[in-house]
Amino acid sequence: MHSFGYRLNGLLTFAVTILALMCAITSLSDNFNTPSPSAEIKIMNINWFQKQPQGHDEVSLTMNVSADLQSLFTWNTKQVFIFVAAEYETRKNSLNQVSLWDAIIPAKEHAKFWTHTSNKYRFVDQGNNLRGKKFNLTLHWHVMPKTGKMFADKIVLTGYSLPEEYR
Amino acid sequence: MDWQGQKLVEQIMQIMLLVFAVTAFVAGYVLGSFQMMVLVYAGGVTLTGLITIPNWPFFNRHPLNWLDPSEAEKHPKPQVTVISKKKGSKK
Repeated sequence: MHSFGYRLNGLLTFAVTILALMCAITSLSDNFNTPSPSAEIKIMNINWFQKQPQGHDEVSLTMNVSADLQSLFTWNTKQVFIFVAAEYETRKNSLNQVSLWDAIIPAKEHAKFWTHTSNKYRFVDQGNNLRGKKFNLTLHWHVMPKTGKMFADKIVLTGYSLPEEYR
Repeated sequence: MDWQGQKLVEQIMQIMLLVFAVTAFVAGYVLGSFQMMVLVYAGGVTLTGLITIPNWPFFNRHPLNWLDPSEAEKHPKPQVTVISKKKGSKK
């Protein structure tokens, strides 16, 4: 503490170190949050189901996604990124995951919602295995913090299947 | 600032920052607002800086008595005789 500059440097360094500690504790406080999210996805319509020129199956569907993800938000949450993926098994791959739709929820008020939408991203298979295929739709979410650790989890919804024939 | 002042200022700085950090965290947690925590802490850092960094007279209550220049001239520095050391033979 011998001069103005010395004291200024000491203060700033100490202040920033303490700030880093505060951020770490803030992130740890997120572990006390026990979320209880719920979601439902209904497939309203299979718009079309074709085999593409390259030989891959593609399907377009309209779905209604409704969810209540308000309990995921804490004081340290910047936004929640969610996406819907179709999961199914083929002879070649034990697990295929195709992302159909995603969104960013910026605040708790927007976390209880429903949306009626066609798939944002193409539902294409590696091959032509989709006829009559049973699949799950999983809603994944990534809780992005303002500082610290990101939490990710999902809900698996089963019981969906594709038509037996192209249309 | 004198030596006592420097020590006092360092203590004040550390304690104030810690107190403001705890207050800011509690305020933010209770209000559920990250922004509140950052604002309270930033205010605390600025306030601590204003108190501890400038050379306030309060911290100079035990000033050092530097020797007056006219007095110093009356007592010249003693001459230092340089003794050259010869290096011993290496074994």
